[in-house]
Amino acid sequence: MRECYGELETQPTPVSSMTCQVERLGVIDYAEGLCLQRERVAARKAGAIPDSLLLLEHPHVYTLGRNAKQENLLVSREQLAARGAQVFEIDRGGDVTYHGPGQLVGYPVINLAQHRRDIAWYMRCLEEVLMGVAREYDIQAERVAGASGVWVGNDKLAAMGVHISRWVTSHGFAFNVNTDLGYFDWIIPCGLRDKGVTSLQKLLGRPIAMDEVVTKVVHQFGRVFKLEMVEADSWVH
Amino acid sequence: MPNNVVMPQMGESVTEGTITKWLRKVGEPVGRDEPLFEISTDKVDAEIPSPAAGILSQILVKEDQTVPVNTVVAVIDDQGAAVAAPAGGAEEKTPAPQAAPTAAPPPSPAAATNVAAAAEGSSAPATSEDARSSPLVRRIAEEHHVDLTQVHGTGLGGRISKKDILDYVEQRQSAAANRTALAVQPPPSPPPAAVEPAAAHSTSTAPTQVVSMTPMRRQIAEHMVASKRTSAHVYTVFEVEMSKVVEARERQRDEFERRNGFKLTYTPFFVRAAVEAIKQLPVINSSVEGTNIIYKRDVNVGIAVALETGLIVPVVKRADEKNFLGVARAVQDLAERARNKRLNVDDVQGGTFTITNPGSFGGLFGLPIINQPQVAILGVGAIEKRPVVRNDAIAIRSMVYLSLSYDHRVIDGAVAERFLGRIKQTLEDWDEPVL
Repeated sequence: MRECYGELETQPTPVSSMTCQVERLGVIDYAEGLCLQRERVAARKAGAIPDSLLLLEHPHVYTLGRNAKQENLLVSREQLAARGAQVFEIDRGGDVTYHGPGQLVGYPVINLAQHRRDIAWYMRCLEEVLMGVAREYDIQAERVAGASGVWVGNDKLAAMGVHISRWVTSHGFAFNVNTDLGYFDWIIPCGLRDKGVTSLQKLLGRPIAMDEVVTKVVHQFGRVFKLEMVEADSWVH
Repeated sequence: MPNNVVMPQMGESVTEGTITKWLRKVGEPVGRDEPLFEISTDKVDAEIPSPAAGILSQILVKEDQTVPVNTVVAVIDDQGAAVAAPAGGAEEKTPAPQAAPTAAPPPSPAAATNVAAAAEGSSAPATSEDARSSPLVRRIAEEHHVDLTQVHGTGLGGRISKKDILDYVEQRQSAAANRTALAVQPPPSPPPAAVEPAAAHSTSTAPTQVVSMTPMRRQIAEHMVASKRTSAHVYTVFEVEMSKVVEARERQRDEFERRNGFKLTYTPFFVRAAVEAIKQLPVINSSVEGTNIIYKRDVNVGIAVALETGLIVPVVKRADEKNFLGVARAVQDLAERARNKRLNVDDVQGGTFTITNPGSFGGLFGLPIINQPQVAILGVGAIEKRPVVRNDAIAIRSMVYLSLSYDHRVIDGAVAERFLGRIKQTLEDWDEPVL
């Protein structure tokens, strides 16, 4: 929590393209997350806010991207609902995936026109952010050509799916920290049959504090995108 | 003139793209920069805006087809210009329209409806309006003497919803009120002023973007204009030395955060000072009903919080019964829930006085509009070090400008000055424990 009143003796921070406001949102409903992203995207397009990084967790939910194939959902929607998981069809790239408690979801809303107008570059940068975090835990994570995401061996540690409108990004990454990987049994994540999923917890043999990972992600994001990361909550008129 | 639409280059190493969805059909009009189609490449979906305004005359690449960058995927014709001969490779079975002058749009039903909806001011007989309105809408129109051909329908095929007609009536009324400053019944036919903006909009060729206000934006707009119409706004500004407050906060911020788990900000200082001053001058905490002044027992202080897309004013209830920590905790709770959009309706109602912070981007002070039905609002500027004269020497002190906007119907200048003077005194002689 930081209010502008607390910062007023120093120079106020101007809205510059080289800052990125970080919003740590805790656990947020998937639908509410969509709504927040829509607002941020509209504000970013209008130049009303700087680049933003929304960090949060979702309750159990399965999402189907634009290219999702129904057969990659291995049980019916009713069965998933019975397990307390929602199902959403959304406007990002990619196939079906799962979000839930213990998984760090990042929604960067950044204007690529002010970085590089290059979606491949953007995806590689997102991967670099999460590979950097993995390195901090001495985990050698890597890319797999043609399969966006961050991999450890044959298992996916972080999934990615992005939507772009006028070079402003939404959706983003899902990083398995302490995710209950059992929830992936009901789907073929991203439509890749011969690959598995993993988490920091599984790789390290212990649960990892989410706050700690969030801090590392913020740091790596700033490093990779050359942005000054500022916690975003100001009281202004 | 035909404009070619090509598969855009979405990055250096990106050589091709798959069209996942066309957002316009052949024959439909499209504005420059309006989303025209969507493409996807590895895990990325992108909306591609139209490079030109006109009629989408040909779609050359169907959905789910992948083509190299710079392949022509569609053709857009400027309205009124002759259309190029249909290319042999045109995939859509709809015949390319013949010469399409503005008056005769291509015979696609969707396009026809769009044009019909856009042709505001046309003198279509009322019966043709039946198709795009419900009996309820027609009844409202009759009650308010609205010509339905003047109303823009936002529903399917330009259908007029209840909200469309009510918005129209409201817009017409406020336009009328602005012109005459009198609450008169709207005349039986739409006043010219209400028609002009629509007409200007539909014929203008200047590059503009029309974005409808969000519900929150509309509410703010109505609320602000209504306040200016209701209250006799007068403003006064004081300069206040903040040394003791700054010192108290600096000295105890770490201990405060350790004990309470949240940061010590300046907000509770201002709330406390305002509450003390209100106790001395209760008319600040009143409202006006007709010719009565209603004094409120509780002091409920609203704190204006900016959101990305608007403004919300959560209320610290019964601030007069809380000590410093109680106020600080309430402010913290409201601010956090405002940011997370977890405020209840109750949290934003019942305010009797408001504090806002026009200084957060460096403004010296602001002259805020009174939050109705309240009668005063305190504006807190930026706290910053300034040279000031103390004992005939120039000293460096933390200073702030406090502004009060007040309703002269019930608050006279002397009362407003005493109120701000009292706040100044509390802040400059700060001695209340914060822990």
